[in-house]
This record gives sequence, C-alpha cells and structure tokens, in this order.
Amino acid sequence: MIPALSLILAFQLVGEVLSRLLNVPLPGPVIGMCLLVAACIWRPSLADRMRPVTQVLLANLSLFFVPAGVGVIAHIPTLREYGFGLAAAIMGSTILAIATGAWAFSLVARWTGATDPSAMKDDGND
Amino acid sequence: MTDPALIWSYLAEGPLLWLTATLFAYLIGNACFQAAGRQSWANPVLIAVILLAILLGVTGTEYQTYFEGAQFVHFMLGPATVALAMPLYDNLSRVRRAALPMLAGLVVGSSVAVVSALAIARAFGISGPLLASLAPKSTTAPVAIGIAEKIGGQPTLTALLVLLTGIFGAIIVTPLLNLLGVKDWRARGFAVGVAAHGIGTARAFQVNATAGAFSGIGMGLNSVLTAIIAPMVLHLFGG
Repeated sequence: MIPALSLILAFQLVGEVLSRLLNVPLPGPVIGMCLLVAACIWRPSLADRMRPVTQVLLANLSLFFVPAGVGVIAHIPTLREYGFGLAAAIMGSTILAIATGAWAFSLVARWTGATDPSAMKDDGND
Repeated sequence: MTDPALIWSYLAEGPLLWLTATLFAYLIGNACFQAAGRQSWANPVLIAVILLAILLGVTGTEYQTYFEGAQFVHFMLGPATVALAMPLYDNLSRVRRAALPMLAGLVVGSSVAVVSALAIARAFGISGPLLASLAPKSTTAPVAIGIAEKIGGQPTLTALLVLLTGIFGAIIVTPLLNLLGVKDWRARGFAVGVAAHGIGTARAFQVNATAGAFSGIGMGLNSVLTAIIAPMVLHLFGG
C-alpha cells in the first residue's frame, strides 16, 4: 500500500512542478493523472500494482470534499443576502449543463457511429 | 488537567478532535446513504457537512480551527485526482472511440454551465466579485480557486459554490437524465463530470464504473476549458 501511495504522491508532485514550470492552466493533480495513465500504458504491470490503493481512494472520494463544504459557516452573511440568487444560478446552470452536455455527447455519438452497446444502461436500475 | 473545560479547550485547538469528527460525520452520512437505498438525495457529503456545521455552531468553533484538523482529509483531494488515472486507463479503448462525442459534450456542457450561471445570477442583481466567484463553480475545487483568484473572485466563497454545485449535480443527475431518457453511461458520466466535477464523479462511480471513468475525464477536461472561457464570459457580463 505504501509503495503505491508514494507513487501517487510522486505523480502529483511532478504534476505540480510541471504546472508551475510550464505555466499552464491545468492543476498539478490533473497533470499527475495524465502522467500516471501514460506510465500505465508504458508499463501495464504498474496498473495492477496501483489498483488496490486507487480503488480505496476513489471509493471514498466523497469524504475528501467534506472539509471544504463545512466552509459554508464562514459565508453565512453573504448567503443571507445573496443566497437566493446564488442558489438559482447554481441549480439552473447545473441542470442545463448536465442536460445539454449529455445531449450533445449522445447526438455526436450517433452521428459519428461512436455508439457503444456495452455502455448502455438497462431499464430499471439507476 | 481533570477539569472538563480544560480538556475541551485542549482538544478543540488540536487537529485530533476535528479530524475524528470529520471522519465520523462522513461515516454517519454514508450510513444514511446506505439506509436510504443509495438514493442520490441522501448525499453523504451533504449530510456530513450539515452535521459538522451544527457541531461547530453549537461549540462556537471557528472554521479556521476546524480546518487545522480537517486539512488532512482535504489534502487527499489531490492524490484522489491522480488515482482517477486508473479507471481512465481501464477504459482507454472506450475513451479512444468516444473522442468526438466527448469534445461535443465538453464544449456544450462547459459553456452552458458558465454562461447560464452568470446570466441567472445577473438577473438576480448579483455583480462584481460575487459573479467572478461564481464563474468557475463547475470545475474541481483547486482549479476553481485558482481561476477565481485570477478573475477577481473570493477563493473561499468559490470553494463553497463549487461544493454546492457538486452536491446539487450529484443529487439531480440520475432523475434528470432518466427523465430525458439518456441511456448511454458514457454520456451520463461525462455530462455530470463536466457540470459537477469530483462530487458528480463520486456519484457516477456509485452507479456505474464506465460512467465514473467518463465523469473523471469530463472533470479533467473541463478544468482546462473553464480556465480559458470563464474570464471571457465574465467580461461579457461586465464582471
């Protein structure tokens, strides 16, 4: 577990350095993610060694957002004044973005014949 | 040090108490989520945040004090983002075949997210730094904060708006796309990753591994695109 975790941190570290060195808008962890994909393509055995730790991290992805969420208590005055407008903007734009994004993806998948029967949802489950 | 008040003031200043509280709040949130039959409205992040906010309010604890302990959990956002490489690698052949649909979903989803958020906020009389804090709310927290700083927003407010967007997206995605009849797991995952970043991705992984992988890619790509379009759209709205 420790070797895999060390590698993940190392990829993040290299990502952070590259992000600043090259002055790109991509954040360090996202560059680290791309580098890890490239490393797994180069050495498929790496993927098998990393998988257990990445599965633990991703299974608990929600947990890592909790501390930032508690930041709500530091912004109660702003929310009291503008909460309604901000809530409307967040809800409205999120519904529109999910709907149009999924629609554009499906439409172009059909046009270009890039459909994938194995990735289709069965009726009934959510 | 047998006085309970002294023990409390000792614990309340250190990281141990708030780290433990964060983990327990999440466990309770997760238990509620399981008990509710993994329904999206019982979002574990939302439940944990409400519990902790009440706890901090009741004990009169400052957010800064809380974050001293909770930062260890917050830090794991970075490694977890790197870990998204694994589902991406496992779905590589699927991803290669879906390059054009992904490009379409990205450009449409990302622009609609920024433009509609600013248009609605503007209609409610919101302007200036608040508008700038809102513009990057569909991207993952570290990126959104970086963008907000660049365009004159308030970083901590942005972090909160990012969170709320993610939670709302995670709750709404399943009923919304069922209603619209979108059956392609790739489209479902990708759209929620673009619109609702990591929390949407966490939700996608709860439902389907392919949706989760595409959601992670959507989140990563959108962090780049939003960095480019958020300043332009904000300028358009006179921010």
